[in-house]
Amino acid sequence: MQPHEVFLQQLITGLSNGMIIALIALGYTMVYGIIELINFAHGDVFMLGAFLALTLLGVLGMEAWSPTWRIGGVAIMLVGSALFCGGLNWTLDRVAYRSLRRASKLSLLVSAIGCSFICTNLGLFWGGVPMEVFAGGVAAAAPKDFPQLIPQTNLLGASAIRITPADIAVVVVTVPLMIGLVFLVNRTRMGRAMRAVAQDATAAALMGIPVDRVIGITFFIGGALGGFASVVYALYNNTIGFQMGYRAGMDAFTAAVVGGIGSLPGAVLGGLTIGLVRAMSDQYLETQWTNTIVFGMLVMILIFRPSGLLGTTRREKV
Amino acid sequence: MRGRFGAITIILTCAAVVPIVDLALPESLRISEAVRGVFLYAILALGLNVVSGYAGLLNLGIAAFMAIGAYAFAILTCEIYPFQVGFWPGILLTLPIGALAGFVLGAPTLRLRGDYLAIVTLGFGEIVQDLLKNLDTVTKGTQGINPLPSPSFGGEAWTASDEYKWYYLLLAVLVIVVLFVRNLERSRLGRAWFSIRQDELASRSMGIRVERVKMLAFSTGAAIAALAGGLSASVLSSTGEPSNYDFQVSILALCIVIVGGIGGIAGVLVGALVMVGLNSIVLVKAAAALAALGIGGQGNVLLSPNNWKYLIFGLALVLAVRLKPDGLLPPRIERSMR
Repeated sequence: MQPHEVFLQQLITGLSNGMIIALIALGYTMVYGIIELINFAHGDVFMLGAFLALTLLGVLGMEAWSPTWRIGGVAIMLVGSALFCGGLNWTLDRVAYRSLRRASKLSLLVSAIGCSFICTNLGLFWGGVPMEVFAGGVAAAAPKDFPQLIPQTNLLGASAIRITPADIAVVVVTVPLMIGLVFLVNRTRMGRAMRAVAQDATAAALMGIPVDRVIGITFFIGGALGGFASVVYALYNNTIGFQMGYRAGMDAFTAAVVGGIGSLPGAVLGGLTIGLVRAMSDQYLETQWTNTIVFGMLVMILIFRPSGLLGTTRREKV
Repeated sequence: MRGRFGAITIILTCAAVVPIVDLALPESLRISEAVRGVFLYAILALGLNVVSGYAGLLNLGIAAFMAIGAYAFAILTCEIYPFQVGFWPGILLTLPIGALAGFVLGAPTLRLRGDYLAIVTLGFGEIVQDLLKNLDTVTKGTQGINPLPSPSFGGEAWTASDEYKWYYLLLAVLVIVVLFVRNLERSRLGRAWFSIRQDELASRSMGIRVERVKMLAFSTGAAIAALAGGLSASVLSSTGEPSNYDFQVSILALCIVIVGGIGGIAGVLVGALVMVGLNSIVLVKAAAALAALGIGGQGNVLLSPNNWKYLIFGLALVLAVRLKPDGLLPPRIERSMR
């Protein structure tokens, strides 16, 4: 491969992974925007979504399906994981966060960390389910292979640069979701209610907005986006594991902060940035330093530009 | 101001008689080795308690300072490096080194708001681990640095069989740390910490230099954590691999502080007993018991008690925050100051 081809290839990989990170980052940024909570469990909700997708795949025997039917299979996994992750995220809010609305922000964060650990452990147990797709569940903690439902053949034929149907699938799933989300938040009644609660929950309640329900729906939507992302991630990377939520979550949270937490376009921009930085660092530095670079970026941005690329400065309330 | 001095004394006295009872028990029921782990985590958690309990700054990367202490001790004392300062100077030097590391991280970041600071400390914890892993010419990568010296009082250096000497050494250090932080919380600085935790703006108006006071909390906590790291490396005669100081360790320390009662010394001691006891006594003994009965092992993921760890830590955090926000043994000082 020529140097410029290597660069282009990393660009494609980086953008595809970046789109997935962006989709997870939207879940962080929505929740942070509305109740100022770093929803630590979000990454693990994402991870459980991937486990549900693999379970559906196994139960329905999708590997034996014809290529056309497989597209339907992917749709089933997308809808299933989205509903599941949305519901799970809503449940976490209902059970572990709602009663702490009046408590300090740090207790809320501690509760979210607790939820994250519980979900991680559920993922470990899930990997031990004796099913063929989980390799019989013998080694519960081991990473699981996710079958290539979408072929990784090169659409550019014999070219050295590879664009696969999986790359296309990433775009086909993520872009409409992002557009839909922006429409929902900016153009619908529910979106207006969300923005009102984010700005001032008390005033919103006085105006007759059911604050807890709006927050719950925000959690549901954020979780559902994570569910979509989990299926795309699994199809794209072909391996899932119970500890992947922590890494993916940190990448996505970094993306949300880079873009300016609370801002939807910011989360997308941040996701693409992180995806590209990761791909380039993997290629031109050493893979082992990539995480250090991403975390270093997070620390630097929080110190020098806490409002991110597209965020607005908000003064801390007294 | 009255702390829970009675409770602290009772706990530490009970700890002192454990080895005597232990010797009378059969091998499989002995716990003094696990109790040493409780002491180490109690020291670590007392450090975290200074940062998060007294000053109210959530630190999710306390394990990084423990790692810095462990590696500093190792590099200062191990025979493969030129320094070889010996056990006592090495252990004492972990304190200023830890404080310096706390200063380096704290100086640029302490102006951040609470939850951002928490994420920065978490990122710091990951970066330190990666650095230790990747700079393997100095840190020996995943092998860890060993062997490390043991203490001695004039005579021959201790070996692994001197476990009760180790036990009392760690207990003695724990008592010193307890006395230190107890005096600290009753000092002018300690009152400043309580004040900024309650209301930063009001404290600033009263003339407290918030940045400086936060920095002192951060550095003090880091120094105590580094001490715990140095001690633990010396007990194991190795730093172990960098992932021994991962996020899980930071969370265990956080669990100890939150479950026990954030901001109080007796609470932290109880928390360490409950959480570490669960982690390295109950789970380990349960695994041994299951193995003796012939169940568990490879087959079923649910039957291995070790696989329940995350769930237990997670539930401990969620339930503690929800049901007992002040912890099992909440500090008394706060109430008397209201």
